[in-house]
Formats: sequence, structure tokens, C-alpha cells
Amino acid sequence: MAAKRSMLMRSRPLSPHLQIYKLPLAPLLSIAHRLTGVFLTLGTVVLAYWLIALASGPGAFAEATTALASSAGKIALIAWSFALFFHLFNGVRHLFWDAGYGFDLKTVDNSGVAVLLATVLATAATWLLASGG
Amino acid sequence: MDLRTPLARVLGSGSAKEGGHHWRAQRVTALVLTPLTIWLVVSLIVISSASYETALRWLSSPIIASLMLVFVAALCYHAHLGMQVVIEDYVHTPWLKITLLLTFQFAMLLLALVSMLAILRVALGA
Repeated sequence: MAAKRSMLMRSRPLSPHLQIYKLPLAPLLSIAHRLTGVFLTLGTVVLAYWLIALASGPGAFAEATTALASSAGKIALIAWSFALFFHLFNGVRHLFWDAGYGFDLKTVDNSGVAVLLATVLATAATWLLASGG
Repeated sequence: MDLRTPLARVLGSGSAKEGGHHWRAQRVTALVLTPLTIWLVVSLIVISSASYETALRWLSSPIIASLMLVFVAALCYHAHLGMQVVIEDYVHTPWLKITLLLTFQFAMLLLALVSMLAILRVALGA
């Protein structure tokens, strides 16, 4: 009886010990979805700033353009565009799940990789076009 | 053993019809934001190299201004709903939780209002 109980104890599922457990892609992307969401919330302030500058006149708009085109501004904008594309593509992935599609492990892994690839490609394309045009 | 009828057990617990509102609102705003975000990114790529006058003319078009108003409203609502979930999940000190929840709610409302006023100011040609 005691032996049987200890066997039962051992075969119980364990929750992952986060310090030593290497997280698979799916939970990493899930955390990243929240982090990018919080980061993008900060970005709404920049969007509002740009709109206010445009509404305030050529002087304010030139100031905003200079600030956003500075190296610090560019780094922030690149980071925001990356976060935006990730949150957008991963959000569409979530919408498919909400509709009941794409739940098997293989699809979850594949769609996760697809989201990452699409994010990198879209960010690169955006900045190539922005600097070229 | 509970001798109450199923009806008696749920009476007074409130309506079951609004429980999914937060979840649904987050998805509906996501659906609205998906095409609008792609449209805005493409537009901003074009605008980024344009002059002040071109940017002004772009935003003063009624269609563009309307789409921007919808975008800003959906964006701030979506951000509010998302931040609410994040704060509720990770902040467990009651006074800090309620302070953060209210701060972000007011901040998102204010950002939505300010952005919409700026859009309207350009669109109405003030």
C-alpha cells in the first residue's frame, strides 16, 4: 500500500520549476505577447505626441520629426515596430485559437515559428521601405 | 447535501449574460485593429518621408481622419483591457492594484481623447 502510494505520488504531474525548466516556444511567445502589449501601451503616448504635433503647426511638427529621427528615436521606433508586428501576428494566431483552430502541438509550434519569421521580415521590410522611400 | 433547487442556488448571484464582455471586447477590438494597423503602418512609411503639408493634407481627408479616430479609440480601449488583465494577474497588493487599475484606465481615456481632438483639429481645418 505504502509502495503503491509513493508510486502514485511519483507519477503525478509536476508544475514546471521555472528556474531549471527550459520553456518551450509556446509559453515564451505567450509571455512575449504580454510584454509587447505593455510596451505598445507606452507607444500610444508617442502616437498621441505625433498627432498633437501635427495639429499644432509646422514648428511643433518639425520638432517631433527631429526627435523621432534622432538615433534614440529611431531605436525606439524600430523596437516599437518589432513589438507591433509581433503582437499583431501573434494576436491573429490567438484569434484562430479563439475560433477553435490550430490547437494540436505541431500546429502550435509551426505557427509560433511563422509568427517570429513574419515579425522579422515585416520589421525589416518596414525600415527598408522607410529609409528607401 | 444541498436541498435547494438549481434555480434557488443561482438566484441573487447576478446575471450570467455579461461575464464574457471583457473577453469579447478584447477580441472585437483586435479584429478592428488588425486591418487598421497594417493600413496605418503602410501610411506612416509613406508619410515618414513627406513634408508637414503632405502629412496635414493626408490627415485632413475625411476618410483618413475617420479611420484614425476608429483606430485610436479601438487602440486605447484594447490597451486598457490588456493592461487591466496584466495588473489583475501580477499585482496582488489591494491598494496598489486599484491605484494602478484606475491610473491606467484614466491614462488610456485621456490618451484617446487627446489623440481624437488632435485628429479632429486637423480634419476640421482649425
